Amino acid sequence: MSPSLDVRPSRGLAFRLAFCILTSATLIFTAAFAYYYRSSKDMILAGVRENAKNLLRGAVYRIEAPLSGIERIPLFLARSLGRELPPAEVLEQSLNDFLGTNPDVFGTAAAFEPGAFAGLPRFAPYYCRRGDAVVRVPLGYEDYYELENWYLIPKQLGRPVWSEPYFDEAGGDIVMTTYSVPIMRAENDKTTFLGVVTADVSLDWLRRQVAKISLYHSGYAFLISRGGTYVSHPDNRFLMRESIFSLAEASRSPQLRTIGRRMIQGEEGFARLPDFILGKPAWLAFAPMPVTGWSMGVIVPEDELFADLRKLGREVAILGGAGFTVLLLVIAFIAATITRPLSRLAATASQIARGNLDTPVPVGSGSDEVGALSRSFEQMRLALRDYIADLTATTKAKERLESELKIARNIQMSFLPKKFPPFPDIDAFSLHADLVPAWEVGGDLYDFFLISPGRLLVLVGDVSGKGVPAALFMAVTKTLVKGIAEQESDPAVILTKVNRELCVDNESMLFVTMFLGILDFATGELTFSNAGHNPPARIAPDGTVSWLALPRGLFLGVMEDSVYRTATVTLAPGEKLVAFTDGVTEAMNPGLELFGTTRLHDTLAQAAALSPQALDEAIMQAVNTFAGEAEQADDITVLTLLYHHADGA
Amino acid sequence: MAAAVLAGLFALALAGAASAAGPLKKAVLIPQWEPQAQFAGYYVALAKGFYAREGLDLTILRGGPGQPPSRLLRQGTAQFGTFFLATAIEERAAGLALVNLAQFVPHSTLLLIAKKADGIHVPADLDGRRVSLWGPEFRMAAQAFFRRNGVHVTVVPQGFTVDLFLRGGVAACSAMRYNEYHAIQNAGLDPEELTVFPMADHGLDLPEDGLYTLEETARNDPDLCRAMTRASIAGWRYAFDHPDEALDIVMSHVSAAHLPTNRMHQQWMLAQFKQAMTATGDPLGTLSRDRYEATARALRDAGLINAAPAYEAFHVPLP
Repeated sequence: MSPSLDVRPSRGLAFRLAFCILTSATLIFTAAFAYYYRSSKDMILAGVRENAKNLLRGAVYRIEAPLSGIERIPLFLARSLGRELPPAEVLEQSLNDFLGTNPDVFGTAAAFEPGAFAGLPRFAPYYCRRGDAVVRVPLGYEDYYELENWYLIPKQLGRPVWSEPYFDEAGGDIVMTTYSVPIMRAENDKTTFLGVVTADVSLDWLRRQVAKISLYHSGYAFLISRGGTYVSHPDNRFLMRESIFSLAEASRSPQLRTIGRRMIQGEEGFARLPDFILGKPAWLAFAPMPVTGWSMGVIVPEDELFADLRKLGREVAILGGAGFTVLLLVIAFIAATITRPLSRLAATASQIARGNLDTPVPVGSGSDEVGALSRSFEQMRLALRDYIADLTATTKAKERLESELKIARNIQMSFLPKKFPPFPDIDAFSLHADLVPAWEVGGDLYDFFLISPGRLLVLVGDVSGKGVPAALFMAVTKTLVKGIAEQESDPAVILTKVNRELCVDNESMLFVTMFLGILDFATGELTFSNAGHNPPARIAPDGTVSWLALPRGLFLGVMEDSVYRTATVTLAPGEKLVAFTDGVTEAMNPGLELFGTTRLHDTLAQAAALSPQALDEAIMQAVNTFAGEAEQADDITVLTLLYHHADGA
Repeated sequence: MAAAVLAGLFALALAGAASAAGPLKKAVLIPQWEPQAQFAGYYVALAKGFYAREGLDLTILRGGPGQPPSRLLRQGTAQFGTFFLATAIEERAAGLALVNLAQFVPHSTLLLIAKKADGIHVPADLDGRRVSLWGPEFRMAAQAFFRRNGVHVTVVPQGFTVDLFLRGGVAACSAMRYNEYHAIQNAGLDPEELTVFPMADHGLDLPEDGLYTLEETARNDPDLCRAMTRASIAGWRYAFDHPDEALDIVMSHVSAAHLPTNRMHQQWMLAQFKQAMTATGDPLGTLSRDRYEATARALRDAGLINAAPAYEAFHVPLP
């Protein structure tokens, strides 16, 4: 048994089904979910962006509002000083009052160009807070204050500026920024720079303000100066030391540097931060601070931003997972209901393939394809079983028939004289006969024997029907003729008597045609009678072929009182008589044409000069050639008698 | 914390040296600027105990614009100081008898930096612009550069930062390659956006940082000076060989001084110093006669000095 007939487990189909459906469903689900997730993310981001923008604008305003408030007094002072320089005590009192009435201001100074104030080489009174008191303190760099940014930059730019944040050592290591207003005197279309008035602002309160700003849990806000230096940052180590650019350099992050550049250029924006900032994905919203020129940023960690979405995503994933499990179970169930009958069917088919046709095919009650397939299969099995039973019976019958035919053929052939030449001592004639039995044994017969010295009886007959009955009938007929011919020498009488005997108890209603002739080979006289047989041919010594005229007579074995008549012809020396059965003339070719008397006539004419044996072979050959592949339906019998000469002639 | 580490190192150094060579000689060094990698060699030599090993109990004062070495040396607060070569020659001409113990930076690292966005690509583009410059000894090279290129600029005093330049107050500013050049980049300007004129190429290639003492000290205690010089050179060598450790040491001084700088900046600075100090042709610590005389000539040409001492009198050869 070949392995291909083995039944594979039905899980194959079920698995494939489940796999394909689940894979497709997963893909669709994943794609849809990914799209949803992405869109939600974008929406959330857009929302956060808006939210952060508003938060930042609010924060920037809150932080800068006091700063712009602080700007007013120095502006006022600078303008009045530009018009007229008061005595030193008045100036110092003004500074003192300014500080005393503005708690947001940490320190204030008025610094003058060499020689500008009362001819002093340098003059820069500075007041700042020490605890609750306002005191005048030395700058610590009186001899070169003109190089400090709070002095140099407003002088060179000719307008008020907020300085970059710096550590003030004189004020006690406080990070501060200074608002400096140039004191300009306009005289005769010429503007002279006299010095600056400053207001220092401690950044501690500003940093406290910024520290209060947060978005989500771990997001934080920070400030960077115009140069990118951190002014406010949760990590104090960054303050005034690191800049967003030094961080970018240390981390080799061009991305952060780009963000820093956007920030210090006064852009408002929202950008993805490199992961190293928070150690996780994060976003940065930033907005410029118009008063100081600094920039505020709010960092929003992405995981907190998307925490709700993630939670929802997890829930959807769990639901999806549960759904897939249910789907898997459903598919498994459906697959099982489909494949269980299929696998049973496959097992049965395997049994049937092994030849076991008695295994009933399990026919489900279902009206689905599997049920239909099972029913068809069962019908096929039954049909196969019946067919094989029929085939067995037919084969047996055929075998029986074949053995019967063999018997019949044996009977037929054993009754025919087959010794040629039959009478080697007699040279008055030559005789040859041949019978080719058909597959189904036709019941032809021929015979010849001497009925008295000088008289030869020849006969050719054809029993109707086939097979054993025909063979037996032929045997009976031949025996009868032989027996009767011992008593009678007239062909008609012989036939009449044979007919009468055959008609007795002929229940099978078989009959036989016969040509019977008796040749007196002393004289060449041939007496003959006919019982419904086809006329033999005569071949004159010159080769002329003619048909022997026969007296009418009914075939033997039908009517008890049939009358047969004898006719006589005299054969010339060298003349041949060719008797045959209808197997010759009715032989068919594949085109269903009959060999016919005309073809026979022609054949005889061509073969006229041959010996009886050669002539018989020629006829057989001609018939064979004509019939070709067509199966021979009837026995073919030819008997040729050549009369040589009269005795003693 | 950093102070504690320093103190610890110091104590260790003291102990090691004391056991080897008896009592340590006290000495004070005043660098010409605030703590930064520009003086990494001294800080490293101190931290690694190189001075103590030479029998020196060295104190490094915090420098800055308010603590010029010239004043501290004159007052006797410090025995050693660092100067640019030109500054030292100028001071000597003005009466402070400085001698050069070791020349560490044999080339000029001074730059003029402008923004390409202002349309400045070649020296001629500076004509008619405002340029901020540091004090007189820094101006010589720049003015030679302007003369050589036939440009006339309005000179604006430059403070201690490049803020004025960043705010657009001047078209170009002075910058040390190791400091302000990086500070400008660290303020968000990309190198591609800047036009840089190195004075070494365009103006005068004046040697910069060197170690100085007073002639008197060199005469009275040559051993002290030799010890100081040897340990400082060893410190520089060690700093260049161990940049990360050197940076740690520099940063401990930076943090103690509350300076608004960061490690990346100091790293850049140290790398620039290594490049400037280890160039071929000038062995670490030596001042060639040619460089000395070229600098003296430039100062005379600029009218900053009338006469300069002989090379042999100015540069005390290494032991």
